[in-house]
Amino acid sequence: MSKDAADALDTFPKWLAHHASVRPTRPAMRFKEAGIWQAWTWAEIYVLVQQYALGLEELGLKAGDRIAIVGTNRPKLYWSIMAAQCLGAIPVPVYADAVADEMAYVLDHAEVSMAAVQDQEQVDKLISVKDRVPSLVHILYDEPRGLRDYDHTHLHPIGAVIDMGAVILKQGPDMASRIEAAISGGKASDTSIMLYTSGTTGRSKGVILSAGGSVQACRDTAAFDGLKETDEVIAYLPLAWVGDHYLNYGHALVTGFCINCPESPETAVEDRKEVGATFFFAPPRVFEGMLTRIMIRMEDAGAVKRKMFHHFIGVAKTWGEKILNGESVPLTARLHYGLGELLVYGPLKNVMGFSNVRVGYTAGEAIGPELFSFFRSLGINLKQLYGQTEAFLYVTCQPDGQIRADTVGPPAPNVEIKISEDGELLYKSPGMFTGYYKEPDKTAETMTPDGFVRTGDSGFFDKSGHIRIIDRAKDVGKLASGALFAPKYIENKLKFYPNVKEAVAFGQGKDSVTVFINIDMTAVGNWAERNNVAYGSYQELANHPDVYQIIAGHVDEVNRSLAGEPMMAAAQIHRFIVLPKELDADDGELTRTQKVRRSFIADRYAPLVDALYSGASEADISTEVTFEDGRKGKIAARVRVADAKTHPVIAETAA
Amino acid sequence: MSGAGLGKGDELLKVENVSLRFGGVKAITDVSFDIRKGEIRAIIGPNGAGKTSMLNCINGFYHPQEGAITYKGIKRGRMRPYVAASQGIARTFQNVALFKGMTTLDNIMVGRTLKMSSPFFWQLWRHGPAMREEVEHRRFVEEIIDFLEIEHIRKVPVGKLPYGLQKRVELGRALAMQPELLLLDEPMAGMNLEEKEDMCRFILDVSSQYGTTIALIEHDIGVVMDLSDRVVVLEYGRKIADGTPDVVKADQKVIDAYLGVGH
Repeated sequence: MSKDAADALDTFPKWLAHHASVRPTRPAMRFKEAGIWQAWTWAEIYVLVQQYALGLEELGLKAGDRIAIVGTNRPKLYWSIMAAQCLGAIPVPVYADAVADEMAYVLDHAEVSMAAVQDQEQVDKLISVKDRVPSLVHILYDEPRGLRDYDHTHLHPIGAVIDMGAVILKQGPDMASRIEAAISGGKASDTSIMLYTSGTTGRSKGVILSAGGSVQACRDTAAFDGLKETDEVIAYLPLAWVGDHYLNYGHALVTGFCINCPESPETAVEDRKEVGATFFFAPPRVFEGMLTRIMIRMEDAGAVKRKMFHHFIGVAKTWGEKILNGESVPLTARLHYGLGELLVYGPLKNVMGFSNVRVGYTAGEAIGPELFSFFRSLGINLKQLYGQTEAFLYVTCQPDGQIRADTVGPPAPNVEIKISEDGELLYKSPGMFTGYYKEPDKTAETMTPDGFVRTGDSGFFDKSGHIRIIDRAKDVGKLASGALFAPKYIENKLKFYPNVKEAVAFGQGKDSVTVFINIDMTAVGNWAERNNVAYGSYQELANHPDVYQIIAGHVDEVNRSLAGEPMMAAAQIHRFIVLPKELDADDGELTRTQKVRRSFIADRYAPLVDALYSGASEADISTEVTFEDGRKGKIAARVRVADAKTHPVIAETAA
Repeated sequence: MSGAGLGKGDELLKVENVSLRFGGVKAITDVSFDIRKGEIRAIIGPNGAGKTSMLNCINGFYHPQEGAITYKGIKRGRMRPYVAASQGIARTFQNVALFKGMTTLDNIMVGRTLKMSSPFFWQLWRHGPAMREEVEHRRFVEEIIDFLEIEHIRKVPVGKLPYGLQKRVELGRALAMQPELLLLDEPMAGMNLEEKEDMCRFILDVSSQYGTTIALIEHDIGVVMDLSDRVVVLEYGRKIADGTPDVVKADQKVIDAYLGVGH
């Protein structure tokens, strides 16, 4: 395709029509249903989406209207996005695990007139908040189970809406040309989608992304990584998150590759193995989870296997990354690594569903260098990118061969970056947002007068031109002594240990650094089982003296590593607490994308923070928890506060 | 799955004056009640009240010395459990009775055995009609897997699963028989609160989606009262109450049986 022809395709629906004509028989989407992969070709999807769009139009959806999309990654929900975009309506994906209250806020703020949702659970949520969302008229659903006896005046199965559209389409050729005209009439300046931020620092905001910008950004990065129609991705990340919309939906539409929807969130790993995904994305948390599971299973394995595993992981640590980066490596090391590939790495990658992965990305949060290296040393081409919803994801990304754990790479194609005087990262990108919905003052705050977007993160260019992110600009602080305090940096070091699920560091304006820790129930529970440690709940296990000892060991190692970095040595951890409750997004302690809300946590657990700094060895805390069904309860506990060993600064050795 | 000519609310099974003895021990004495099509019927009572014995009588495992059991209007003679099964009665057990070494999928497929009719010759080769039949059965089993939300353990040997999930698989196997009458022996025993809530939801869904008649034994009174349409209460092998949950809850004899009474 010539460049001009491609440039004319400036909206996603135009690309859909394009694929239907140039690669009609290639698979566009697969969904595992009843244990079998069902596939749809581009031609089939194009027809379905046209029918769906006509059906939506019949229900009253017009250009500019908003339609909420709520649920897991299912073809019918992706079609809902496509159909809405065909009509010029604006899809607004919402996090499916959001509680009714959060959902009501977003739906009302976006003034949606319709919602396409997955199942009864979501329908119930919407019905419960309907009086707070006066604009909402129709609710469409995919999974009919349990909904038979509901009042269907304003409730429709998505299948029925598509059928309705099919009947309309059959009425005559002018129907087909009408919908085709709607698609070709789409302009680059139209709003393609509205994504709500996860709200690390407060209420979520509706980020407006334009069609032309979105398409251009996706084309740039698809070319950057050489994505093509034969690639396979597994879509398992929240629809409402920019990562899924960009990497799966956007990339699929500009390259024509196939999106595979897993059967259920629990089967995603198994399904990824079956489809052999070639392009893969996961936030660091997912990689942490995988490493934890591998380590637990190796602990349970026989002595021979365990020895073999640790031996070859050692080999990979020494040579794996060098081989992947194409550096020169002695032949004996290559042979040794090759044997490891046969015995350990290959099977391991197979279990994780990474056998075919050509390019993998991680982003969302800084990844621990050890964690990052572990996966790369196995031969997985894992890279980092840095981005945000406002940029329509990519701000920087690492090109093949220039991968380092401590940077997020140079600016992405066509992205311009500069660092403000106070160290904040600013950028201009093809996909950047046009504004926050209904919040011009916030938009103005975020944009600089010369058209750059403020990221709120502080970072710098290093010698090789790569960007290094230190932390969120407002999080990077100083200890009372004036030494640098970067909480996330410390937290990520702790989270590398499988036993640590979450960490929250404090120290801004204080004499020393202290942390809250959440233990990982899978890892620590497994340890407890093997060591006959009896416990009845998370709370009991968390407060166990032996668990404190294990965590103290990890904290000590982190301190030792911090002592080796002159800039960070003063930020060693002095005291810590293992929290009696798991941090949870339902309680507002984490965002829906599972990032910690540090200041909220500090407020909520104020007595514990005080205890960390008062020198007390125990503290009482009583806090509210929200159960999955929305009921609330209280947890009261006495937790111990432990001291950690700190280390003298190690003089910098020649680097 | 509909009964022969029976509508919702018609009498599906009638127990009349049934008595069961093991030697000199009276397990059940002169108990009568009925189960109507489409309802959720609970049998409750303190330990040793004869609940499981009653269930065993219904599915033909025990043979009461006195009284009669009428199923779909036909009085039953002595019979084996598999006859009951082929007549559309399925059950689960108090202690999970699955094939531990087999996968979830295979365990549920076992529930389809009675529905398989292709000739032995073809089954032996797993070809022709046998294969076509297996595909049909697999489709049905997959529907159950979807219904019970156990896709992620489809290929996991059930021995490795936590107890709550095993109970769910067992329910799946019983459902695979497309039973007209489903007997559940303490479906929620040993479960935590969340698992219990899930199980309640599945039982209600089975009732509303498949229209299956369900008789269940349960210890957890709270669960029973929320779940069932009618409750029969046994104590020392005798029936002491029968009616809707509200009626039963208010019955003095039931309160005495559960809370004890000063003699």
